[in-house]
Amino acid sequence: MKELRLMKGNEAVAEAAIRAGCDGYFGYPITPQSEIMEYLMAQQPEKTTGMVVLQAESEVAAINMVYGGASCGKRVMTSSSSPGISLKQEGISYIAGAELPCVIVNVVRGGPGLGTIQPSQSDYFQSVKGGGHGDYRLIVLAPASVQEMADFAGLGFDLAFKYRNPVLILSDGVIGQMMEKVELDEFKPRFTKEEIAKNTPWATFGKTDDRERNIITSLDLDSAKQEKHVTHLSEKYKLMEENEVRFEEFQTEDAEYLIVAYGSSARISQKAVDIARAKGIKVGLLRPITLFPFPKKPLAELAKQVKGILSVEMSLGQMVEDVKLAVECKVKVEHFGRYGGIIPTPDEVVAALEQKIIGG
Amino acid sequence: MSDIITKEQIRQPENLVYSKTKLLTDKALSYCPGCGHGTAHRIVMEVIEELSAQSETIGIAPVGCSVLAYEFMNIDMQQAAHGRAPALATAVKRLMPEKYVFTYQGDGDLAAIGTAETIHACNRGENITIIFINNGIYGMTGGQMAPTTLPNMKASTCPYGRDVATMGNPLKITELIAQLPGVHYVTRQAVHTPGNVRKTKKAVRKAFDLQKENKGLTFVEIVSNCNSGWKMTPVQSNKWMEENMFPFYPLGDIKVDGQLIK
Amino acid sequence: MTEEIIIAGFGGQGVLSMGKILAYSGIMQNQEVSWMPSYGPEMRGGTANVAVVISDERISSPVINSYDTAIILNQQSLDKFESTVKPGGLLIYDPNGITHHPTRKDINIYTIEASEEAGKLGLMKTFNMIVLGGFLKLKPLIQPEFIHKGLEKSLPARHHKLIPENEKAIEIGKGLIKAVQVL
Repeated sequence: MKELRLMKGNEAVAEAAIRAGCDGYFGYPITPQSEIMEYLMAQQPEKTTGMVVLQAESEVAAINMVYGGASCGKRVMTSSSSPGISLKQEGISYIAGAELPCVIVNVVRGGPGLGTIQPSQSDYFQSVKGGGHGDYRLIVLAPASVQEMADFAGLGFDLAFKYRNPVLILSDGVIGQMMEKVELDEFKPRFTKEEIAKNTPWATFGKTDDRERNIITSLDLDSAKQEKHVTHLSEKYKLMEENEVRFEEFQTEDAEYLIVAYGSSARISQKAVDIARAKGIKVGLLRPITLFPFPKKPLAELAKQVKGILSVEMSLGQMVEDVKLAVECKVKVEHFGRYGGIIPTPDEVVAALEQKIIGG
Repeated sequence: MSDIITKEQIRQPENLVYSKTKLLTDKALSYCPGCGHGTAHRIVMEVIEELSAQSETIGIAPVGCSVLAYEFMNIDMQQAAHGRAPALATAVKRLMPEKYVFTYQGDGDLAAIGTAETIHACNRGENITIIFINNGIYGMTGGQMAPTTLPNMKASTCPYGRDVATMGNPLKITELIAQLPGVHYVTRQAVHTPGNVRKTKKAVRKAFDLQKENKGLTFVEIVSNCNSGWKMTPVQSNKWMEENMFPFYPLGDIKVDGQLIK
Repeated sequence: MTEEIIIAGFGGQGVLSMGKILAYSGIMQNQEVSWMPSYGPEMRGGTANVAVVISDERISSPVINSYDTAIILNQQSLDKFESTVKPGGLLIYDPNGITHHPTRKDINIYTIEASEEAGKLGLMKTFNMIVLGGFLKLKPLIQPEFIHKGLEKSLPARHHKLIPENEKAIEIGKGLIKAVQVL
């Protein structure tokens, strides 16, 4: 039987990273995610798995340490919360451009600016539409439980190496700070030198006579070549859209109305569905697990069945734009959200459903 | 005459007096004629060849004239964002402590946008070697004022000369990082004469050897010219460098065996 | 069965750890649990609270606005959470330091003089376990053997010698709980 523990989301992603064979974590403290580095430092994985844990001088340095480590074919990660993730955007753009695998965790707090340290989901645009400069996409995983915080560490590394692309775990203060039951995976060994040479032959681990030198760069001064490179990236993103869409449906079989929500909003909305159903409202929930690639097809399918869709997010309304694009305006789509660190209650979600979708 | 050899004869291996290290690629350097970068590249690559360390070395060059260093250095290379090379190098060395890891950075990169990364990598005593090319100007972007631009020196963003009252003083970053306990060896050299080239090569070799011994961070500054940016001929620029740069940035060892030189 | 609980008091009263022990004991009894704290500066010297859900089923929202049980350890928390108890629900409070007592007539209100008793017995460190005992007396959701396992899991190994003391405090708490009649 797998090991059961009561853990915070922040602790779970840290422990799971060690178990997923992570080679290095580079971070900088910021609330509400500091437990990730604190947990790793307390565990001292360098004495067990050999994983390096380093507190950097800034978010900027931390993401560039990730760039350096990922360039060597290593499993590396960083974590932060919204203002710190903004600082990391330069590095994330370079990592995407140089096609390096890594895992980045954002335990979102309310913005803009220094904002609040309370939970929010207002970094959706930044996460799925770019964030840094240039044409690129991250694979964005949105955990809705502490268990998923743990599961997505390993999944994140697998996807990152499969596509040579950064993976963002888009969490929030609720998921990061709360404790739930977690089943932890067995320890997976770190990559050996031989595995790195075989699986990531592009990495910089020292040029030998049997191969050309390896160069990690995102620069091409020749525009024709740069266009070709960006086209190659776009083909990779298309493959992700075909193969990596993940989502979960809840009580959608007979639904006349639909709530779309991710992360902690999905948990709150699930309770709202229960409350609404008790009142006789046939409503279901679609929870995107990957925000990029976004579950467009299942949403388009459900749009044929339901009379209206409510997008519930802890923001002014960001994902709602992707919901509208997915259903091509064939059905009414409205947004309900609290923001600035305020968490909506299930009752508020039901009231919004009644007012904006059913009554509206 | 018998003591004059022909063009064909001169190319015979027995008559060769010098050949390019195989650790430099055959690609023509993109640097301006007269620039010191080419010599500095050669020195670093020759040292790596002498150490038989081609497979054991990772080089990191960020933004600046040397952004394309990977085109010329025949080793595994990483190109970093502007100023961030010491952060990359930190992770590379921590994750592969058995390798030689060096960064190759200009003054704008190392002493302006990357000041934090430079100082903190030095302060942590990362076992890496930093090669710092100081020519007092932003070469690649077209001759703008650098943190190391001398007082009253002209650049495109200080066309009337650097006014220290409004633009700040030149930053002696090398003396600054030499104060840090994590830094083991700091020296300032030049590459504009054969004698200086020999000294610089010795310094780079020493830095790599000390890195192998895990002594802490080693730092080799090379004061260099930028004839294009300084709007001079190569010969003029070297003379100007000797007369103006060297008094402000004096050559020689600054810290040896972890001890500051008085 | 789903039990939604808010535990609230001053930082340092063991509010978060009481919730953690309860939640860990729930896991040991093979139930689903969630533990959602208030976090941030309000914790430093101010009030602390944690919402704990114990259920036979997968828990939907860990963030809730009405509770089956409120366990209240100071005046600010009483003021804040009395109104959030579901009709027919349970409110337990330590009357020490309380000047404005609860007034609702549609809920079941109990006091537990835990801080006074803990002071008398010199058991201030297990004050929160006395309170937990009072709750478990009224709602025996978790069997004692699983509370024992929950304590083992929650406390670091170097504190395992204190488990009997904690269990004793729980037993004491069971005897201290008193129903309050709101007039």
